[in-house]
Amino acid sequence: MSLALQTFSTVKDANAALQASGTRYLGGGTLVVRGANEGDVSVSSLVRVTEPSLSAITVSGDKVQLGASVTMAAIARHPDLAAVAPAARAVGGPAIRNMATVGGNLFAPAPYGDFAVALLALDATVTAETGETPIEDFLTGRDSSRAIITAVEFSLPKADSFHFLKVSRVKPKGISVLSIAALLQRTADGTVTSARIALGCMADRPMRAKAAERALLGCKLTPQEIAPALAAAGEGISPITDPIASTWYRAEVLPVHLGRLLLG
Amino acid sequence: MELRKDYFADVREDGLHEIGQPRPRLDSPGHVTGKTAYFADRNFPGMLHLKMVRSPHHHARIRSIDTSEAEKHPGVVRVLTAKDVPHNVYTILILIQIGPEDETVLADGKVRWKGEAVVAVLAETERAAQEAAAKVKVDYEVLPAVFDMEEALKPGAPIVNEYHGQNYYLYDSGECRKVRFGDVEAGFAQADHILEQTYQSSPIEHAPTETTGCVVAPEGNDRFTCYTNTQAMFFTLDNTSIILQMPGSKLHFVGGTVGGGFGGKVDVIVEPITILAAKLTGRPVCFIYSREEEMQISSPRAAEKVVIKDGIMKDGRIVARKVTGYTDAGAYSRHSPYGAQKGAAHYPGPYTIPNVWIDTYCVYTNRTPSSAMRGFGVTIGDFALEVQMDKLARLIGMDPLEFRFINAYRDGDMKAHRQPTEGAALIECMQEASRAANWPVAEKYMAMSSYRKGA
Amino acid sequence: MAKVPVQFTLNGSEKAEFIESGTTLLHALRDKIGDTSPKGGCHQGTCGACSVIIDGELRLSCLTLAETCNGADIRTTAGLAEAGVLHPLQRAFLDAFATQCGFCTPGMIMAAKVLLDRTPNPSREDVVEALSGNICRCTGYEPIIQAVLTAARANSQNAA
Repeated sequence: MSLALQTFSTVKDANAALQASGTRYLGGGTLVVRGANEGDVSVSSLVRVTEPSLSAITVSGDKVQLGASVTMAAIARHPDLAAVAPAARAVGGPAIRNMATVGGNLFAPAPYGDFAVALLALDATVTAETGETPIEDFLTGRDSSRAIITAVEFSLPKADSFHFLKVSRVKPKGISVLSIAALLQRTADGTVTSARIALGCMADRPMRAKAAERALLGCKLTPQEIAPALAAAGEGISPITDPIASTWYRAEVLPVHLGRLLLG
Repeated sequence: MELRKDYFADVREDGLHEIGQPRPRLDSPGHVTGKTAYFADRNFPGMLHLKMVRSPHHHARIRSIDTSEAEKHPGVVRVLTAKDVPHNVYTILILIQIGPEDETVLADGKVRWKGEAVVAVLAETERAAQEAAAKVKVDYEVLPAVFDMEEALKPGAPIVNEYHGQNYYLYDSGECRKVRFGDVEAGFAQADHILEQTYQSSPIEHAPTETTGCVVAPEGNDRFTCYTNTQAMFFTLDNTSIILQMPGSKLHFVGGTVGGGFGGKVDVIVEPITILAAKLTGRPVCFIYSREEEMQISSPRAAEKVVIKDGIMKDGRIVARKVTGYTDAGAYSRHSPYGAQKGAAHYPGPYTIPNVWIDTYCVYTNRTPSSAMRGFGVTIGDFALEVQMDKLARLIGMDPLEFRFINAYRDGDMKAHRQPTEGAALIECMQEASRAANWPVAEKYMAMSSYRKGA
Repeated sequence: MAKVPVQFTLNGSEKAEFIESGTTLLHALRDKIGDTSPKGGCHQGTCGACSVIIDGELRLSCLTLAETCNGADIRTTAGLAEAGVLHPLQRAFLDAFATQCGFCTPGMIMAAKVLLDRTPNPSREDVVEALSGNICRCTGYEPIIQAVLTAARANSQNAA
């Protein structure tokens, strides 16, 4: 069996074709073509869709809808998406950003998937033909997902409320040691009233730092007041080990970088 | 000071016209236009793709190999096992009489490291070769493996490589390369301080951007042209000639264009099996490492362990140095017996020490065979030696650069392996470094010279 | 194995081939069309040696399926020199000794070209960012960065 590509003009038809065994959806190619190049012979058929809506970016008020085929480059250069642009720019080099898609990033195994970390902190909604799913549930069940993702939606964070940090060993760009995204609401005096923190590389997929989120409530962002949140950051994590960093190392440096993100 | 005109006045000509002048690199026009022909840029009609079935175990006996399903797979032309290789057991350095032959082209009865080549699949497309490789069935009996050099040297450790019979390379000097100079124990006895430290390194992968590989085309006259990115063209040709039991006149090697080597492409690995494949099928064949193979399969720089024990006087003189070096060859020799020997000659570093004892071991473990990389046998040793020098200087409260001036070897000094020092210029280099780095040292050091009186 | 037609423009000239479905653009260019200037270094999107320009955008030909490029305008380093005259980037790479083994060079030049096409007077940071997906394992980054900056200056002098 060789590898064959089928192109469809509608998501509906593509979804039907995707049910055949050995078939995978082709987005930007950075995951599935890589897999084929590396000798993954379990995939014999690729499906893609040319429906233009998949590449659309819609911003209305503070509501953002990103089609699943929107690339990291398109997000990074969109004038209304400056708040999330740093997360898009953190992915790959320029060529990868021209190819890697929002939809693909949702499926990228750690250490990849930095943009999905941002989407998790933003509490995005993931849309498929079958309906809408909160991103947290989607990530939990993504291994058995067989429906083409068509879009993600989220509320655009207000200035200064969204923070993103990717740590890599190679400058200016490299694979993640870890990534952190945090959405914080604060009162006028700086007291945290709500916190949603997402971590990359702390499991095989993006996860929330719920203990740290709780510990931040009522705190001001000072070294003393965030200390309990940093101490709690490692609760429930099981960081990956790969050629970039070990489980031990990732766990050790997580509180350090979370501290820098919160204080920076 | 210009060392060329002063220190090296006798040995360097002054009438040079090229040094210091920018001259265009001969290969650059090809590089910037994309016209430079790397081995993988050769493409032949009907070329077959070779994929290797590799050992998933660090150490195992092969009970049986079943290639029948793979052979029936659409697109597969031939499947090769150990019995197809005329002289399957080889070692690269046999060309300079460093034996025994200890490595198999394709595993025969046993695998000794995870990733070892077992079966070669030849197919019309890369995909077909990958699919067929997945259908090769190898029945393994997993054996205990050893990954640590000290564990490997202990009595009762699993024997990694039966061709050696013990887990170290047996030199003519015995279980290690030895250097003996003066009386090291007497030196320690007279020393004001003793400092013993252990330094270790992990394997390091060269990670060239162009992966290891070759393309072989059978010519009409029973000859085979091998386009390769080897860094060791004639070593490869001669070893291939032995492995395939073919006169060298039948082998035409084309190369010299290497997309990054750094020492990682001096082992003879891909060429013999690819030429054999071309011979047995009559078709052009390419065998190109995937990125994963380059990172996991190609030889890295050896892991090393260096134990340095020094005896030192309060005035800064090192009076005794004992070094025990261990080079992790992995499962096979490749260039490591030579690397460990190089280490023995390199210690005790560029210092004149009256009492020296050096043992360097080349140790076999069930790890990926290691080999050459940029100054192998010396680089890790230098790291260890110079960190040790800093620690010694700190121990006696001396400036680390002044400490090195005191111990630097100078012309006429006898080195531990009985070669007199000549053309050292270490003192002069450190004087320049002192000025350039704005790290001043006492005037008496700036007045020193590498010339010894009467030397 | 089903063959599919692909048709695109490569460095200004029309190309049409029948290829096996699922063939990457890198293989189509190198093995079918004979343009070996894009190099296969990792086939996983890490090294950038296969970088080409598709419809003005930098892309990795190793992760792009050829049949998705129907009708596209594809540019490679092999097509950069015009009538034997080197492009300013090629000239600058030569003069700045920005090549060592040369394997990364065609990809580097493609990445640099996209940058200069959009940002004629880039800062050093712009250049570093633009080349951040391209690995030079000989670690000759500094001359490469200088070459791109030199080429940008040469371009702006010509334009003046």
